[in-house]
Amino acid sequence: MGIFQKLTPEQFEAIGTELDAIRNRVLADLGERDARYIRGLVKRQRQLEVAGRVMLMIPPAWPLGVAALGASKILDNMEIGHNVMHGQYDFMGDPALNSQKFDWDTSDTARNWKHTHNYEHHTYTNVLNRDHDVGYGLLRMSEDQAWEPRFLANLPLTVILHTFFQHFVAVQNLKLENYLVYKTKTGAQLREEFKPVWKKMRKQLAKDYVFFPLLAGPLAPLVFVGNVAANLTRNVWACAVIFNGHFPEDVEQFPESVIENETRGQWYVRQLLGSANFSGGKLMHIMSGNLSFQIEHHLFPDLPAHRYQEISPEVQAICRKYGLPYNTGSFLRQTLSTWKRIARLSLPGRRKPATGAAVPANDAESPRELPLAA
Amino acid sequence: MNTANNSNSFLKSGLRRVLSSRLAETLTTPHGVDRYLELFNPTWSVHEVRAEVVAVKHGTADSVTLTLRPNGNWQGFRAGQFLRLTVEINGVRRMRCYSPANSVHAADGLIELTAKAHATGFVSKHLKQGLQPGTVVTLSQADGVFALPDQRPDRVLLISGGSGITPVMSMLRTLLDEKHQGRITFLHYCNTALDMIYASELALIAAQHANVELIRCYAQPEQGGELQGFFSREQLRAAVPDYAEATAFLCGPPAMMAAVEKVWAEDGLGDRLHLERFTAAPLVIDGGSAEGEVRFARSERLAVNSGATLLDQAEAAGLRPESGCRMGICKACTCRKTHGVVRDARTGELSEAGEQDIQICVSVPVGTVTLDI
Repeated sequence: MGIFQKLTPEQFEAIGTELDAIRNRVLADLGERDARYIRGLVKRQRQLEVAGRVMLMIPPAWPLGVAALGASKILDNMEIGHNVMHGQYDFMGDPALNSQKFDWDTSDTARNWKHTHNYEHHTYTNVLNRDHDVGYGLLRMSEDQAWEPRFLANLPLTVILHTFFQHFVAVQNLKLENYLVYKTKTGAQLREEFKPVWKKMRKQLAKDYVFFPLLAGPLAPLVFVGNVAANLTRNVWACAVIFNGHFPEDVEQFPESVIENETRGQWYVRQLLGSANFSGGKLMHIMSGNLSFQIEHHLFPDLPAHRYQEISPEVQAICRKYGLPYNTGSFLRQTLSTWKRIARLSLPGRRKPATGAAVPANDAESPRELPLAA
Repeated sequence: MNTANNSNSFLKSGLRRVLSSRLAETLTTPHGVDRYLELFNPTWSVHEVRAEVVAVKHGTADSVTLTLRPNGNWQGFRAGQFLRLTVEINGVRRMRCYSPANSVHAADGLIELTAKAHATGFVSKHLKQGLQPGTVVTLSQADGVFALPDQRPDRVLLISGGSGITPVMSMLRTLLDEKHQGRITFLHYCNTALDMIYASELALIAAQHANVELIRCYAQPEQGGELQGFFSREQLRAAVPDYAEATAFLCGPPAMMAAVEKVWAEDGLGDRLHLERFTAAPLVIDGGSAEGEVRFARSERLAVNSGATLLDQAEAAGLRPESGCRMGICKACTCRKTHGVVRDARTGELSEAGEQDIQICVSVPVGTVTLDI
């Protein structure tokens, strides 16, 4: 029995009200503390970036340079870029930290990412055919996804996805599989959609692989390789964090029918069931952009992420109260569990209907509330 | 107009050219050079005007005078113009318009802003109580058509009320620095003698310059001013008999400005009166007849038209577009309307239906409107 069948409409509504109360309380408290936190991180990221780029040109310091630049890119993309573009710091009115104006140090354009991530992924979290993060059109991540021979390569393709993550994310909006596999998109369409992506990608590639190496003169190859290593570090880490947030084995995927007449309370519960946390210290939380609190992030995508840890006990209490799972574990445990799922899904096989997250027909009179597409 | 100081000279050197080059932009993409410069000094910037607060003084009980040292991007101003000052209060940026009160010829390159802290003035209260010397604030370039013409008029009449004194103070100081020979009348209205900003400096100027006449008019009795009460035609005719010959500059509260404008209009002198509105007439909002919806295209949000201004509706939808004065003055909130008709809440005028830039703080949607926010 899925949890959706166990809860009454009144319980769904109560869960929605209780979670809304947490959100409203934090929103009312936003201010100086959040501003100081994000500015401090931006400062640290820029310091690491400048230091990293300089050290890459000094051979003995090269490994440190890779580490610093890699860390800088991780901070830029995760705790800063991802969270700023969710609008978490829009309340500050600072154009440098505004979701509409911010751009990040990765190949994906801010605009495309906000569409695939903020809208598609956060509204339709783990809903098959709606949330493109479920496999990125490349992998089979759910039993409900029909098996195709290409999924025999699920494991090596996952390695490739981790390695070139920034470029896969950059072209995610193009839904390449529709052109390559399903033939529902024409080459002309694809070329048109690729234009803005290539514009951004080109700038990123030129910066990391042409201009900074050239600046180093005879040490150009060293800087080139250093930038490859820093980008690779960021790619693998970002991909691993994201996979741990949605694909450990107990995390649910949903059929498209789930979103018909979904109420605010049901949307919250789907976010809970479709996300997983991992434990760690302060550094782990910062370096994962606080996506170690993926559950809290999916409930409240537009609250400043450094607040998730503080509200986590309250979210857990609500889960206990209504018998909802709160999926968490060590980083290693969640990673192993995710890879096990990926390996299992390489082979054909469907979920048995009885264990599925089937959803009851919703009360036709229940109002359709707009989900929060932060 | 501004002399060099430490941070200015840094950016005025050849380094500035390097920092604003295409190469610098390429190397710092996507964040831009400024985001790295501010690591070293918060006032350093290639594009933005930033300024350090060097002094905070209280001339009267409810006013505050700030002295700002702008960075090299500040292009100076014409006497009477305003700028947009952005300060951060409890983590949130707030923007307000202020007119520099100093002479445009000030040799130190500093900007002097004076604000009156009203009981409801959130930002002015902060400027008065919370701002410490050393704070770095953001400024816009000077803006506005209210300014001394380049060809200085000979006979000048400066009329101000309350904190509206600041732009005309700048005009007076500028004219004095230029050794202006024509007659200048400085007619100022305020509540009591203690409320008058720049009272002692003005008294001193009047005493030292034969061509400057200071007329103080207090609303309260027994304050020792040259006049008492409120602006009227009779009072003006008695105090400034040749007002029709003067080029007049006016800045003050709405009621006072309306009274002055009326006299000039009746006399057919409208083109000799220059004015600056610090506060706009109240906006007319009629929520009852609102129809259609507001589409925020870039954020992919939709709201039912509530009849409020587009800025209020955007904020109610959880968006935070840039905004400033919220009364149609500063243009900070200007954004692209891609579709629909809006009504100007100040004048009731309807816009065209096509694509255009509008000030969302004073625009009320008439039917469905699409904005690029």
